[in-house]
Amino acid sequence: MAKIKYRDALRIALTEEMERDPLVFCIGEGIAERGGSFRVTEGLLKRFGPTRVIDTPLAEAGFTGLGAGAAIAGARPVVEILFVDFVMLAMDQIVNQAAKYRFMSGGQGRVPLVIRTQGGAGEALAAQHSQSLEGLFYHVPGLKVVMPSTPYDAKGLLKASIRDDDPVMFIEHKLLYMTEGEVPDEDYVIPLGHADVKRAGTDVTVVTYSLMTLRCLEAADRLAERGISAEIIDLRSLVPMDTDTIIESVRRTHRLVVVHEAVKRGGIGGDIAATVVEQAFDSLAGPIIRVCGKNTPIPYNTSLQRAAVPSVDEIVAGIEASMGASIPVR
Amino acid sequence: MPVETASIAAMYETALTIRRFEQRAIEQYRLGNIRGYLHPYLGEEAVAVGAVAALRPSDYIVSTHRGHGHAIAKGHEPRLMMAELLGKATGYCRGRGGSMHVSSLALRNLGANGVVAGGMPLAVGAAFAIHLRGDSDVVVSFCSDGAAANGALHESFNLAAIYHLPVIFVLENNNYAVSTPIRDTALVENLSERAAGYGMPGVTVDGNDALVVRAAMEKPLQRARAGEGPTLIECKTYRQGGHHVNDPGLYMPKDELERWRARDPVGILRQHLVDAGVAEAEIAQIDQRIEVLMDEAVQFAIDSPEPAVADFLAEISAA
Repeated sequence: MAKIKYRDALRIALTEEMERDPLVFCIGEGIAERGGSFRVTEGLLKRFGPTRVIDTPLAEAGFTGLGAGAAIAGARPVVEILFVDFVMLAMDQIVNQAAKYRFMSGGQGRVPLVIRTQGGAGEALAAQHSQSLEGLFYHVPGLKVVMPSTPYDAKGLLKASIRDDDPVMFIEHKLLYMTEGEVPDEDYVIPLGHADVKRAGTDVTVVTYSLMTLRCLEAADRLAERGISAEIIDLRSLVPMDTDTIIESVRRTHRLVVVHEAVKRGGIGGDIAATVVEQAFDSLAGPIIRVCGKNTPIPYNTSLQRAAVPSVDEIVAGIEASMGASIPVR
Repeated sequence: MPVETASIAAMYETALTIRRFEQRAIEQYRLGNIRGYLHPYLGEEAVAVGAVAALRPSDYIVSTHRGHGHAIAKGHEPRLMMAELLGKATGYCRGRGGSMHVSSLALRNLGANGVVAGGMPLAVGAAFAIHLRGDSDVVVSFCSDGAAANGALHESFNLAAIYHLPVIFVLENNNYAVSTPIRDTALVENLSERAAGYGMPGVTVDGNDALVVRAAMEKPLQRARAGEGPTLIECKTYRQGGHHVNDPGLYMPKDELERWRARDPVGILRQHLVDAGVAEAEIAQIDQRIEVLMDEAVQFAIDSPEPAVADFLAEISAA
């Protein structure tokens, strides 16, 4: 078991899947010669050749649709879209074409397409290169949405996504590429729809995903010093979502905090809160707290940018709020 | 019957099948048995018939919202098509798709499409899959003058060209994008001129003569199968009616419509048959066969069961 970077874990997943299945190919802007802006696809061109590792023009709708069509015709494309913000250029192909094809064809068709992209704030890239847009895809029936937080998860989930027969939005976070973690050398797959309890706890359930998992863990460390035991659940895949793990945890802790970087309004946190109210209302000892991105485009200025997305301090405060407002458990 | 005559007879039969299918579908729409949108292919039959006649069964097509003609030309059974239009469980898409989403993967029709130009990148992708597998199949991407101003068309042209993919873009220029005449939305005389900007050949042909369309496919097919890349074929034709079944097409000048009706694609194919020496009685037999086929198709669709709601709910809860 080696300690490797998130971006290297992704590259290993791509390499293993391309070795395993000759119909897997990678296509996107600057992924072949340059090896990708985040160096995830570095070396793949040399190893697999230009038929399977392809640079594209800056034409997101066209090459995303190319991926969808190739998937329908039997290939397993991994389309890379440089920023999730640019995925907006390809929305017809994703939402109207890829997501619906299997259903519209009465089940004849399969669309084993992975769209790898990255989002999130943190590098002063301002409003059109820093968004967290997973909620858009979460809302559309027919799409799966995967957002790994660690190198281990990144490898196992990307491999599962490539083997999946439905279109998967695989959204990485730009601040995670250089993070490190233990990744076994062997071929392993993490099935979609299984949350991971990144830290067990007894007082409050914190549901999160992607970069915010790391901030929640930091918040949990701080709270532990004050005697509060927070359970951190990393969803890993938003669709399908492992609601069983969330409900089971809330039934034990009686408290729920949901943390995500995407804006609060219309966000996934609201949906998780509603699900818990529907399925475990009688277990709740206090209000559900959401700690989310502010309802704003991401600012350029570093201080403003920091204020737009949840900080460890805010997460700590959110968890405390969920505890402080507690009422006796029935 | 000589081979070429038999081939023309088959094309005539397909064209008339499309014509009669559309007429029966409109009847069923008026009866309330077909709901939603229905975009008849009336007047454009020669394009689908001519283009598909040049293909092998393993070649793909990607269709449009006006897709019944493409599907029938690619070998779809009228009764299973009609069942889909009536939303029945026996339809090609088990009633989930309807007129705008008819597809058959077995027949390599990747489907009609509710979004103009939306299917074109999919066609390029299917061609990419062929290229990846090292096969020699070809994809025909049907598109329209309405798509000619859409970005998806331009991106598809460029991607197919730069990767030398086996696509033939068959552009049906029927003069109208819904109600807007092409002269208002494009400043070039022939839309095939668009091809030059992408370094691919482009030709404009008479889209009302299926033999002309079939002949126009020959070189592009050779080029595509040889890995030399795509071609754009603009077929000038005319929509003999409104955009959809409830559009009377009042914006279409009467004399223009009459001029095109005088060059009716089914009539032209019939004349080719007569010219080839086929007797009227023999042609009448084809006509008769199609009437029987249509009666059967409509009856089959009406008699077919509705899709079960329980099946639908079970499918979506499993997804």
